Amino acid sequence: MSFPYVHELETRTLLSEYQGKKDARTLKSWRDEGGYQRVRKAIDMSPETITDVVKESGLRGRGGAGFPTGLKWSFMPKEDGKPHYLCCNADESEPGAFKDREIIRWTPHLLIEGCLIGARAIGAEHVYIYVRGEFFEDTQHLNKAVVEAYEAGFVGSNIMGSTWSCDITIHTGAGAYIAGEETGLMNSLMGNRAEPWAKPPFPAQAGAFGMPTTVNNVETLSTVPGIIEHGSEWYRQWGSEKSPGTKLWSCSGHLVRPGNYEIALGVPLRDIIFDVCGGTPSGKPVKAVIPGGSSTAFLSAAELDCATTYEGMQEVGSSLGTASPIVMDEDTDIVRAMRRIAQFYAHESCGQCVQCREGTSWIVRILQKIESGDGRLRDIDTLYDLCEQMTGRTICVLADSVVFPLKSSLDKFRAEYEAKMTSDKVAVG
Amino acid sequence: MSNGEHQNTVTLTVDGVDVTVPEGTRVIEAAERVGVVVPRYCYHPGIPTRPAQCRMCLVEVEGRPKLEPSCTLQAEDGMVVLTASKTAEDARQAVIEFLLVNHPLDCPICDAAGQCMLQDFAYVTNQLESRMDEPKQIMGRDRISDDILYFADRCIICTRCVRFMRDVAHDDALIVAERGHKSYIDTFPGRELNNPFQGNIVDVCPVGALVHEDFVFKARAWDMDATASVCPGCSTGCNVTIDTKENQIVRMKPRHNSKVNSYWMCDYGRKHLVMTNRGVRAEVPMIRDGDKLRATDWETAISWVARQMEIVGHETGSAVISPQMSNEDLSLLWSLLNWLQIEKVEFQVSSGETASLPSVPKLKLRADRAPNAFGLELFGAERVQHLSSETPESPLVVMGDLLQDAPEKFGMGASFFLYLGTRLPEAARNAHAILPVVTFAEMDGTFTNFEGRVQRFHQALNPPGIARPGWMVLSRILAELGTGDVISDVRSAFDHLVKNEQAFEGLSWDGIGLKGAPVRGGHEEVKNLVPS
Repeated sequence: MSFPYVHELETRTLLSEYQGKKDARTLKSWRDEGGYQRVRKAIDMSPETITDVVKESGLRGRGGAGFPTGLKWSFMPKEDGKPHYLCCNADESEPGAFKDREIIRWTPHLLIEGCLIGARAIGAEHVYIYVRGEFFEDTQHLNKAVVEAYEAGFVGSNIMGSTWSCDITIHTGAGAYIAGEETGLMNSLMGNRAEPWAKPPFPAQAGAFGMPTTVNNVETLSTVPGIIEHGSEWYRQWGSEKSPGTKLWSCSGHLVRPGNYEIALGVPLRDIIFDVCGGTPSGKPVKAVIPGGSSTAFLSAAELDCATTYEGMQEVGSSLGTASPIVMDEDTDIVRAMRRIAQFYAHESCGQCVQCREGTSWIVRILQKIESGDGRLRDIDTLYDLCEQMTGRTICVLADSVVFPLKSSLDKFRAEYEAKMTSDKVAVG
Repeated sequence: MSNGEHQNTVTLTVDGVDVTVPEGTRVIEAAERVGVVVPRYCYHPGIPTRPAQCRMCLVEVEGRPKLEPSCTLQAEDGMVVLTASKTAEDARQAVIEFLLVNHPLDCPICDAAGQCMLQDFAYVTNQLESRMDEPKQIMGRDRISDDILYFADRCIICTRCVRFMRDVAHDDALIVAERGHKSYIDTFPGRELNNPFQGNIVDVCPVGALVHEDFVFKARAWDMDATASVCPGCSTGCNVTIDTKENQIVRMKPRHNSKVNSYWMCDYGRKHLVMTNRGVRAEVPMIRDGDKLRATDWETAISWVARQMEIVGHETGSAVISPQMSNEDLSLLWSLLNWLQIEKVEFQVSSGETASLPSVPKLKLRADRAPNAFGLELFGAERVQHLSSETPESPLVVMGDLLQDAPEKFGMGASFFLYLGTRLPEAARNAHAILPVVTFAEMDGTFTNFEGRVQRFHQALNPPGIARPGWMVLSRILAELGTGDVISDVRSAFDHLVKNEQAFEGLSWDGIGLKGAPVRGGHEEVKNLVPS
């Protein structure tokens, strides 16, 4: 557990300052700490100014893709006479990630503040917080916070006595990975199956209920109040030019101290694993790390010195994703780990695109075969080819998500796959 | 387009050929205009929603990093589309291999074999072998409605059926259940698939996943002959294809006609036509010999009828005509009635419940359960609720099958009772002459639908015995009477119609083609004449 443990590398400023302090959940103590003053400030700012400040801060989406938040907001049409919507993506479903849940659990008012400021920036009259159904307790905290905020006049009509009104609705999902994809989320919100739709139309053109919509991650929105309070320069004191700010790291796997840590971007991944999290409990060397949630490429032990920035992770052929490293020590069976990951994606594929629906389950069957010792060398070629065919051919990136770890595990740990094939079988080819 | 407004166009290149299309046209349709059929599964021209989910129609567009689904991609000026580039073909081949991961290779017992888009495109893409040697997933089969079977293993989840029901029939009964590789088509929990147009989901199914229970295991695609025809089930006149095997109708499918039925037809029509196989038919001409009927050959029968008519002379009488008769039948029949100077012509149309398909306003199962009531009205026949059961002592002509429920003594008092029909009900045995004619499925001809559209149908079956088309028989009688030529081909019969009935002026057999054409004055003028 990360509480009350605080490591010196941590920057518990923006997101995690109040984590572990359960009083912060209540509106009273949140206001005592200066809560909702940022919303007041945002109401006095024009939507364009808010967007500009966030643009200048360089904040990038924390849901995995890392798209610049200010830029996303600027895609929303101006004065088109239609209702606009903001969807807060709290469907945190990436295996390995558990940061959004922590924000909702400890600081629901921070998220509400972020939602309001975001809504103000894009001219949204309604915010939908789409929470995954499994977050039962956390949703209760959030519900309570929204009710409190409504009662205090911070949400609803004429917020804080101004002419600006905005509603917040919490919507719980039924637990589907794909409901975390923005168009899947909006489909689910509208009462349809959580199936992503082919873009165009983009959400900013026609999103939820056919209206211009922006979908932002919980962590992204929760970062915004701090930026509005202190300005973009203050935010840029952390991280790099292209990846400014701090990030919540959900560390799991073979670690002495797994948990959530708020760390400035740019710290070497090795330091997070060995210093902050204390290395492996067995003391054995790390074999592999999936750095950004299960949909990112495997890193081998030799690659851990990479900088934890969007560009730094890209350099080693992986991605920052949701910053949720899953650490595997020397005793880990990579084929088994990969099979388990593939099984997850086969289970979670919505089933629309053929490559994804059939490909993911086929990959599982091949990996099961290899795992049980019945594999052939040609299966590795088949897996490589499936990776090729499943990349960039589908509506959303779920198919790509299984390809990243699979392809990298084949590249970096091919020997482990081959070792599963008994020698006589390999000879047959 | 149809309202004559100016439309902006764009010009793009598909596989090296320039094509100009209206703005907003999708690439898959633009490609069709220059003869390039991009393989597709989820796309169906009659279903408005395009989820772009089968990923089969992916094409390469110059200057774009990824392959794009041509079913949703809007054609743009200067766009260079490559449907057959290496990347596009590889992707398509991969889709087939993926589809065949779980699709069983049970083509030898699958009803879609030979008409299967999975088979077709497997050959088109040359994807003839699979690297898949793991066991396939077994899903089983189910009865999705009381007349449609669902073979889940064969299903490729293109969702055409779900979207037809939802977006064309506006009925939410069908859904995709489960997700991913476990997906299958099912009815919504607590709902039944019970829609008068649900049979269309079988037609839109690109594989053999949805099959009509009354067709399953009945015929192979290559054993059937397909004939363009018109559904005689009601006055809408849906364009159909009749599939026959061994001189039996085994299936009827809708044929596209944007002016009438779009891509669809109702279930009543389907079942109604397949039923027409049944029953005992009149196969040879019979003439009265005292109190008996004697079977004879055509020559004898025709000259005997002509002689009887000459004896009766030009005497006012009555006629009862079935609205199942073709326009050509009616044209020659009217010549005969005119010779006899019969002016009282009645017809009766059985009626039934109506049903409509919300997104295709013209396509309805109409109350008039006959294909040519409107044609009869154009000829001046009178629509009656009940046929008169008393016959005065004057000539009586009955054409068509409408004596099933007639009283036993029907027509007994007539001075001359001529019956032309396909069957032989009891009352018909009172006739002086019985001339066996064929059904619409056994000849070529035209019907006039509810709004005055003249539509051709073609011979799908061989007639039983020596039964002949009504118009052919009638022309022979008239020739025997010296008032016309013998007509032995349908074109001449149609010409006779055009010459003798004003409403059909200007039409020609070739001119109306397979999609039909409105009678004189067009649809607008006749709209006021008939209840919709």
